[in-house]
Amino acid sequence: MSTSTQDRAFLRIESVTKDFGGFRAVDQVSLDVARGEIFALLGSSGCGKSTLLRMLAGFETPTAGRVLLDGVDLAGRPPYERPVNMMFQSYALFPHLSVWDNVAFGLRRDGLPKAEVAERVDAMLKLVQMTDFARRKPHQLSGGQQQRVALARSLAKRPQLLLLDEPLGALDKKLREETQIELVNIIRRIGVTCVMVTHDQEEAMMMASRIAVMSQGRFLQIGAPHEVYENPATRFVADFIGNVNLMDGTVDGAAEIRCADVVHRLAEAPAVAQGQPVTVAVRPEKIRLDVQAPSGDRNQVKGVVTAFSYFGDHTVYHLELPSGARLKANLENERRQGEQAFAQGDVVWASWQPGAQVVLTE
Amino acid sequence: MMASPAARWTGRLWLALGFLFLYLPIVALVVFSFTDSPVPNVWSGFSLRWYHALAADLDIRQGLYYSLQIAAATATGAVVMGTLAAYALERFPVFRGRMLFAGMVRAPLVMPEVIVGLSLLLMLVSVQRQFGVPERGLLTIWIGHLLVGMAYATVVIGARLRDLNPQLEEAAQDLGARPAQVFFLVTLPTISQSLLAAWLLTFTISLDDVVIAAFLSGPGSTTLPLVIFSRARLGLDPTVNALAAVLIAIVAVFVLVSSYLIAVRERRVYREQRAARQGG
Amino acid sequence: MADIADSERAARPAPRRLGGGWGRRLVVGVPTLWLALFFLLPFFIVLRISVLEMDGAQFTALFGRDADGQWQFNAHLQSYALLLQDSLYLSTYGSSLLYAAVTTLVCLLIGYPFAYFMARAAASLQPLLLMGVMLPFWTSFLLRVYAWKGLLDTQTGWVGTVLVDLGVDRVLYALGFIPAPGQLMYSPFSLVLGMVYTYLPFMVLPLYGTLSKMDLRLLEAAQDLGATAWQAFWRITVPLSRSGIVAGAMLVFIPCVGEYVIPELLGGPETLMIGRVLWDEFFANNDWPVASAVAVVMVLLILVPLVLLNKSQSGEGARA
Repeated sequence: MSTSTQDRAFLRIESVTKDFGGFRAVDQVSLDVARGEIFALLGSSGCGKSTLLRMLAGFETPTAGRVLLDGVDLAGRPPYERPVNMMFQSYALFPHLSVWDNVAFGLRRDGLPKAEVAERVDAMLKLVQMTDFARRKPHQLSGGQQQRVALARSLAKRPQLLLLDEPLGALDKKLREETQIELVNIIRRIGVTCVMVTHDQEEAMMMASRIAVMSQGRFLQIGAPHEVYENPATRFVADFIGNVNLMDGTVDGAAEIRCADVVHRLAEAPAVAQGQPVTVAVRPEKIRLDVQAPSGDRNQVKGVVTAFSYFGDHTVYHLELPSGARLKANLENERRQGEQAFAQGDVVWASWQPGAQVVLTE
Repeated sequence: MMASPAARWTGRLWLALGFLFLYLPIVALVVFSFTDSPVPNVWSGFSLRWYHALAADLDIRQGLYYSLQIAAATATGAVVMGTLAAYALERFPVFRGRMLFAGMVRAPLVMPEVIVGLSLLLMLVSVQRQFGVPERGLLTIWIGHLLVGMAYATVVIGARLRDLNPQLEEAAQDLGARPAQVFFLVTLPTISQSLLAAWLLTFTISLDDVVIAAFLSGPGSTTLPLVIFSRARLGLDPTVNALAAVLIAIVAVFVLVSSYLIAVRERRVYREQRAARQGG
Repeated sequence: MADIADSERAARPAPRRLGGGWGRRLVVGVPTLWLALFFLLPFFIVLRISVLEMDGAQFTALFGRDADGQWQFNAHLQSYALLLQDSLYLSTYGSSLLYAAVTTLVCLLIGYPFAYFMARAAASLQPLLLMGVMLPFWTSFLLRVYAWKGLLDTQTGWVGTVLVDLGVDRVLYALGFIPAPGQLMYSPFSLVLGMVYTYLPFMVLPLYGTLSKMDLRLLEAAQDLGATAWQAFWRITVPLSRSGIVAGAMLVFIPCVGEYVIPELLGGPETLMIGRVLWDEFFANNDWPVASAVAVVMVLLILVPLVLLNKSQSGEGARA
């Protein structure tokens, strides 16, 4: 089965399905991942992302479909015969072995000569900056240190595919940001193709070059982070990633959507027939609040501030619209001094550019 | 917890009386092993005469020798079998006959020993009639003890396997270890403490068994409990007290030392973990 | 340690695949073979012998040809008939169940508060208390039961003399627990005392396991909502510790029914226990078919509590 090397994806998931008894965890998903790409499977618990990851690792066998790595079908190959390595969510460091022995474990299974094992382990530890901790046991390490060892261990064998299972899930917020950057740097430096699984959309968007949003065993959308965020394909995707305001309406005229509270003027005509019901999605940060009605061709609606949430760097204002619908608007807190821009009960005008919304049919 | 003083004192009293109840016979055994009186259970001064008698007691020595052999063999066999059975129950997917297997493994735990002993004996006799072997003796006792010991070992080891993070074994596989390698390189070292616990538990149970040994022993394989039992049926014997005191001392030292060592190690691990978290 | 999402785990069958065919067959096969050979097979042999007749040292064949050359199934139910007809056997079964039940109840009455107070003790004290309960467990039970023979002696025993001095023995006699005032040994009293003593840790340990894992906040919430300590205990603590109670009760009841050593050392002529009967039939009377029949009936008797225990254990496993 040979196709030209250029158009052959490095990792190809072909129509893979996984059934557990009567329950379908993964439903005919297909995906191409390019060599050296960092790809994220994003979804909430039970969407099937972990099952898919485990099928890549070899811990589950697909009920249907196949997985090809660099043109080679991985069917029938147990985990210990695949050029794939995984970094587990719980790190799974062997408690009875030192850091050094943990990293050396996989290399020793391959029967490499001692000198080479030592060379590679030292190189790995240097890469993750854990050389000083080589003699320690896992329980003598902090969470972040354990993760670095787990990463070193999973890269030691120079796998063709690296799998990350909720890589930042066990870390606290502060540590997460620093670790994200470090992790991506190391993976890019090695140049290994990487598939990660996460329920945290910030993590996915920050680390991956492409994201697949998964729900109930299916891919809802695949694309670059920017693409998925600004051009969500469905209501679910729009709502899952970040915050969004959703307004139902019908197509009215060439480039207008009539909703309960506002008639949206669009930048271009939507590819939807007249009279069709659609949902308009506007991200809160695209909305501007003014005391007076804004001039110009912005889409606008009048509402009452019912509450606001202060986040330090920005404030989210909750508005109630005439029809009773809610609207959220993010305002950056640019000024250090001074009161909140708006108080509860204020009547304000919320407005956004004609191109700021997305029209969704699903 | 906001317990009232009355509740707290009731608690203390209940625990104290309970422990008194539990330890009274142990204390009595030890005390009366030092009595000078030839009449058992009567105190008439301190003496080590019964310890001398113990040292000279051939039946007890012989019985102890047999019992230790059987117990060691039982414990070792039970740990091996128990590991196999626990692994099959905790790590394998549901296989045909799993319920029956689980039931068979655990049944000796609660079966009255007379039934285990009787049924094994009848079977061994039938086999003996057909094939001439085995003769009743140490081997047959070992078989019976292994049956019961295996049940205990499976429970202890199974509990540890259940708690074990399955991702450890998956990580080992992911890194290239075949299933057998996973077991010997990762699983076994991680559950080693429970293996030791199972060994000691089954050793103790075998050492203490009367009923099964009675059914399955033959001439020339009288275990220590059988010696004690036959004497106890007849009455009290301070030599037995002396033996009891020695065994209790050994057990007490062992339990105290191991508890201390475990506590020390746990405190050290805890301190290291905390230091790691703070040091970062 | 963080673990996979619960819903994802729920979608998977509980234990996981790990290996190739041969190894797997060996791991399951070896214990299975052993158990089949030394557990199942003996049981079937007992069953078989219980329906045979014993003639000297030989048994009648189970299958045989009669005069006409026809195959015959020679199952004799005499042994069972004997058990049913002889009131001694019936009353022995009954009294075994009764003694076991009484022992279980007393163990529960003593053991539950014991486990409860252990679980409520200071956290630093609990390992010590646990060790205190386990230590007697590690010393020979035979020796400790033997010790009671000395303790209960009304002339020289520490407990016996105290009970007689306090006049407790007369109360026990009035209740029918001892055959005569001043005779504490070889009586229902000494038997139950010995069994309670031996099996108390088996009741305390599962109870402690359940009670120590219980969330104290539930009780605090109850008291916050107006319940008194007593109400909180009966309405919350007790029901939540049900699995521990069942486990402890079964761990005491089932072995007690067939106990031999304690009735032999501490029991008397009127404390009929089926374990002793089986022993005597076998060793004294040399009547194997009857002994086998006694065993079969005993197993049937404890089958119900056995199934109950198995169910509650697997229920725990599924919930955990």
